[in-house]
Amino acid sequence: MSRIQAAFSKGKAFIPFLTCGDPDLETTAAIVRAMAEAGADVIELGIPFSDPTAEGPVIQAADLRALSGGITTDQIFDLVRDLRRDVTVPLVFMTYANVVFSYGTDRFVSTASEVGIDGLILPDVPFEEKEEFAAPCRAHGLDFISLIAPTSEDRVAMIAREAEGFVYCVSSLGVTGTRSQITTDIGHMVRLVKDANPHIPCAVGFGISTPAQAAEMAALSDGAIVGSAIVKLAAQYGRDAARPIKEYVAEMKAAVGKA
Amino acid sequence: MSDPISKGRFGRHGGQYIPETLMNAVIELEEAYDYYKEDPAFRAELSELLNEYAGRPSRLYYAKRMTEDLGGAKIYLKREDLNHTGAHKINNVLGQALLAKKMGKTRLIAETGAGQHGVATATAAALLGMECVVFMGAEDTRRQALNVYKMRLLGAEVVPVTTGTATLKDAVSEAMREWTSRIRDTHYCLGSVMGPHPFPTIVRDFQAVISQEIKSQLQEKEGRLPDAVLACVGGGSNAIGAFYHFIGDPSVRLIGCEAAGHGIHTAETAATISTGKLGIFHGMKSYFCQDQYGQIAPVWSISAGLDYPGVGPEHAWLHDIGRAEYVAITDEEAVSAFEYLSKLEGIIPAIESSHAVAYARKLVPAMDKDQIVVINISGRGDKDCAAIARYRGEDISE
Repeated sequence: MSRIQAAFSKGKAFIPFLTCGDPDLETTAAIVRAMAEAGADVIELGIPFSDPTAEGPVIQAADLRALSGGITTDQIFDLVRDLRRDVTVPLVFMTYANVVFSYGTDRFVSTASEVGIDGLILPDVPFEEKEEFAAPCRAHGLDFISLIAPTSEDRVAMIAREAEGFVYCVSSLGVTGTRSQITTDIGHMVRLVKDANPHIPCAVGFGISTPAQAAEMAALSDGAIVGSAIVKLAAQYGRDAARPIKEYVAEMKAAVGKA
Repeated sequence: MSDPISKGRFGRHGGQYIPETLMNAVIELEEAYDYYKEDPAFRAELSELLNEYAGRPSRLYYAKRMTEDLGGAKIYLKREDLNHTGAHKINNVLGQALLAKKMGKTRLIAETGAGQHGVATATAAALLGMECVVFMGAEDTRRQALNVYKMRLLGAEVVPVTTGTATLKDAVSEAMREWTSRIRDTHYCLGSVMGPHPFPTIVRDFQAVISQEIKSQLQEKEGRLPDAVLACVGGGSNAIGAFYHFIGDPSVRLIGCEAAGHGIHTAETAATISTGKLGIFHGMKSYFCQDQYGQIAPVWSISAGLDYPGVGPEHAWLHDIGRAEYVAITDEEAVSAFEYLSKLEGIIPAIESSHAVAYARKLVPAMDKDQIVVINISGRGDKDCAAIARYRGEDISE
């Protein structure tokens, strides 16, 4: 069992996301440590991309802030190397195919593995294209994490059978961002996954921002993923964001734990 | 390296690099296309629209004065500028809109750069009684204000895109985002031979009518194949349309003319094959202008229609195997060709097409008089007059 999958064995998981380098790497390091202390089970580190087609306005703006600050993939590898001196929670990179491909997919994955990354999420790489990335990930001990969407239906079983780490259940149509309501039948999506692969955890993301939503989604699955709501706090508090994000993650973790 | 189940490959290029949310939509599109392209009723209906509504076949015009002026090969102009809505874009749009209608879709969304594809999509939507939303970079809505008005006049909603560089690439990103949020009733009418499979194939097939006509028209006029076919390349739909039926004729040189902007040794360029490297973006593997970390580069061209950091995967492949040549033309050369063809032949070409005219001015004088060159005039230049006047320091209002 991978470290990521093991993170789900202690109960329902809470998985926060943040964009690296927004507004700078020192702040990112402080936020990651704060999230770990607040009980995050897995942390998603976003490597900013100039044209993130799966993101809503909040994360698009964060990517732009980070890139205009001059952040690079190499600096993010250094950040993770530094974090790994004391942070033990599983860390996953979330970025876009071109960031990985342009670095040299094998070189990217081997460096990620060497600095202590546990998995990779690429929202623009569906099942049909995944081997190009999943094969090097396997070779270097990273989980290549697959996504399913409300439109996946007959594709879920195929995706779930080959899933690693956990299955990222996209809660709603559209791009990332907070939503007042999630109307998809999440229980149905999770059942389709479990029918095909009973041992793979399912975590739900896209649209979750409140403790009540997180608890509701976690009750239907194995965990909740939150991105835009945290990135909003990062935008609001800038270099002082670690403390409010720590409080938020603790509150969300508590809500998920009760589910 | 590429997975055997990956579809829509042109050599190492192409594929389907899109969010899972869209996968069933592109699979449904591929299945519908595979069915309808063989369906005699669909083909008859599309031919009727292309001929009676769009005005096909477009003329293959012998440019006598330009031929005499350059003193080399005989020049023919393929007059896609004479199509309804003024460009080759209508060929693809009528095909896709009709296909979408057969699929039960009631709403078309599209990206547009110069506005030609947006106007064509809005036109097809009006004709077929469909809803239409067009995404256009805010920068481009200012450069091409007249086309914005036309789209609205035709009943479409125009959404100015302010993210990124507020140009064509951002309009594509925003249209893709919109499609992930509303799939059931909506078809994304992509305007070029780019994006995820099956778009590069569908758009190429609908544009291939251009080379099919050139071939038979030239056979009739000259009894032979051309020696070279020239077309401008942004995403590359008019070029692939003009090249397609000649790919198997090795004696025909296929020359794509990219937008060099201020020059390929400057940052203000959109010449993807000259300056880009292999990457993955907007659903496809192909060549893209990008930095060393894979961040997509801001590009520049005077032509909003060529102002795109990528190129269609089939062009990338034709480049790799050496079947087609790709050359870069600067803003200045394109503007000069725009003026040249206007004065010499009384034909105002689109600033995009002017890139192909510009290369002909370099190529043709070195060719023999018994050789033949075809230039695809992909669109008409009325839309560009105000911008070119400004470029020449003349401030006119539209």
